[in-house]
Amino acid sequence: MDALNAIVLLSNFVLLPAVSYGSQLALGALGITLIYGILRFSHFAHGDVMAFATMAVILVTWWLQGMGVSIDPLPTALLALPFGIAITALLLLGTDRAVYRFYRKVRAAPIVVVMASLGVMFVLNGLVRLIIGPDDQHFADGARFLFTVREFREFTGLDEGIGLRVSQLITIVVTLVVVAALFWFLNRTRSGKSMRAFSDNEDLALLSGINPERVVTVTWLIVAVLVTVAGTLYGLDKSFKPFTYFQLLLPMFASAILGGLGNPLGAVAGAYVIALSEVGVTYAFRKFLQYLLPENLEPSGLAQLLSTDYKFAVSFVLLVLVLLFRPTGLFRGQSI
Amino acid sequence: MSLRHASYFAIMAVLLVGVGWLQSWSVAMGLFNMCLISAIMALGVNIQWGYAGLFSVGTMGFVALGGLAAVLTSMPPVPAAWSAGGLRVLAALALGAVVILASVLVYRTMAKGIGRAVALTITIVVGFFVYRAVLDPAVDAIEGVNTAAEGYLGGMGLPIVLSWAVGGLLAAGAAWVIGKISLGLRSDYLAIATLGIAETIIAILKNEDWLSRGVKNVNGLPRPVPYEVDLQQSAEFLIWADRLGLDPVEASSLFVKACYAVIFIVVLALIMWLSERAWNSPWGRMMRAIRDNETAARAMGKNVTKRHLQVFILGSAVCGIAGAMLTTLDGLLTPGTYQPLRFTFLIWVMVIVGGSGNNWGAVLGGFLVWFLWIEVEPIGLWLITNLTATMPEDSAIRLHLIDGAAHMRLLTMGLILLLVLRFAPRGLIPEK
Repeated sequence: MDALNAIVLLSNFVLLPAVSYGSQLALGALGITLIYGILRFSHFAHGDVMAFATMAVILVTWWLQGMGVSIDPLPTALLALPFGIAITALLLLGTDRAVYRFYRKVRAAPIVVVMASLGVMFVLNGLVRLIIGPDDQHFADGARFLFTVREFREFTGLDEGIGLRVSQLITIVVTLVVVAALFWFLNRTRSGKSMRAFSDNEDLALLSGINPERVVTVTWLIVAVLVTVAGTLYGLDKSFKPFTYFQLLLPMFASAILGGLGNPLGAVAGAYVIALSEVGVTYAFRKFLQYLLPENLEPSGLAQLLSTDYKFAVSFVLLVLVLLFRPTGLFRGQSI
Repeated sequence: MSLRHASYFAIMAVLLVGVGWLQSWSVAMGLFNMCLISAIMALGVNIQWGYAGLFSVGTMGFVALGGLAAVLTSMPPVPAAWSAGGLRVLAALALGAVVILASVLVYRTMAKGIGRAVALTITIVVGFFVYRAVLDPAVDAIEGVNTAAEGYLGGMGLPIVLSWAVGGLLAAGAAWVIGKISLGLRSDYLAIATLGIAETIIAILKNEDWLSRGVKNVNGLPRPVPYEVDLQQSAEFLIWADRLGLDPVEASSLFVKACYAVIFIVVLALIMWLSERAWNSPWGRMMRAIRDNETAARAMGKNVTKRHLQVFILGSAVCGIAGAMLTTLDGLLTPGTYQPLRFTFLIWVMVIVGGSGNNWGAVLGGFLVWFLWIEVEPIGLWLITNLTATMPEDSAIRLHLIDGAAHMRLLTMGLILLLVLRFAPRGLIPEK
């Protein structure tokens, strides 16, 4: 019984949060890895694009709520998602026209394009703060829990319980759908195949008649979907704050590099590794160990490896380990 | 430097004098001091980017290490905390170093395979728990000593100016570790790794209360210049102020800021002189050769990775020096205020706008961009207030826009960066 309790406890406080956080990271990291594979630069504005996309979703959500539209028990934000994606797609295509296309045409060094993405990052950062402000925004509505810890305990008769929040369930389901659709698109459709060809060998792809501008447009559209979904899910699960989204840049990049930059499957795997380590390393294992260990071996402290604020250090350490031992990432990078 | 480039500096001076004229001389002097520090930071980034083409976005971390150095060097030691657990903390840190060395040794000496992986894991896991077992009680003891005012080990009680060199050394040490790991790989990796080290350094500063009180901040750092209050009580100073026709309070504030300015100018001039010497030396030519064509330089027998490491360390050290100077000027260390936009990316805007690969350009960029960063806010507010003047006083949009004026500067910086990058990629004072 103790072992079961321990597993349930761990699922509630480590596995479930890590899986939903990992899913959000995975969607973000997929965007980064796609841009790296196709457009060949590190997209530093990713966190801020995510903040912008989520802001668009929030504004539409508020508008829908104001009109009395609701899909209870699901959050209204899901209804606003397509609008958010459309707005983000316009933004991304707009920045591509205004900023990135020029550097593509003159074949600038990748690092110059990265600089340009720093500029975009600043502009979006300012824009988001100007429009919605720098503070926390909660926009989740509908039911909060599918079942609570208490209901779970009463149902199973265990001492510990699992509470499944609606936002977590939505995160997992939506991520599954989006990732499956993305891989189907990349592997089965003509556009997806031309994207992979372009990523593998640009010159060869051009020779075989693939239109580069079309590939780029499709990439930005996919990124718009990924980033809007990721940001909205993160906001529903936690809350929306522009600065937090900016800070997600590091774990997202760490995920993409961990999996091998340019490799979508790797980005997803990397994201879950990062999320699990972040949550696991900062979780206090005291109660978990109390269930498993005999009484005289029980830890006196919290049995927490690192305090919660070190979560960025986790991404960083994993990143360093990858760079030291396997610079191409867990999966071979640079091929879609 | 041509006449045109000199005129840029003249315009900059006019702008600063204009602030003194329109706002106040004290504000202008404060702005000038921050411009000087920004110029040093920009020089540091220019050494990395302009000389060698290294893209590092960890400036914030190195600046923060400089700030830490200011505390560790200048604050008086806390004897009670030292006796409570000072030696034990040092022992724990030494132990941590031993664990890392041991794991490196295991990795290097054992043959590749499962045996090595197991041995490595055991070394690291056991080492970590032993380290924590030694460290944790000591940390608790130290943080328990007079928590409200101290609760940390304190510093060495040395003059704070020394900390500028210490800050440079600390930053150089961190840069060595990061550079060792991430240089020689794809260029983007250095960027991401430095982004990570910067966040990690800030996390350490925020959490390790025994080191620098974490988010409780350390204030009241000693100063290299006199205090205003002392000046206001000195008869000699009062006579001087009176002779110049200045109010004693304002005169003392101006005098203190001027003292800082003199010291900062000396440091800036020194770093500038060294940078220029390096730029014009054979070493500088070699760095540019590596930057412009790595493959060719490697074929000429240059060790590209080593030279990159060298220049990365030098640039980071300059950022560390600037960080220590900044904390000295502020008189307090507040880890919560280190934000990547302000301490990393803004410095990049300075270098790009000023002219990468030109030290004078970096200095000009430091001045101009810091000036804009501060002045865009009042200008934006003034602009919005006037633009929306036709709207009713309590219009929601108007109030919202006025609230948002503070964020105008991010937008402006981004636009400036994008425009310069696109239309004048060589910056205001281009590389010769």
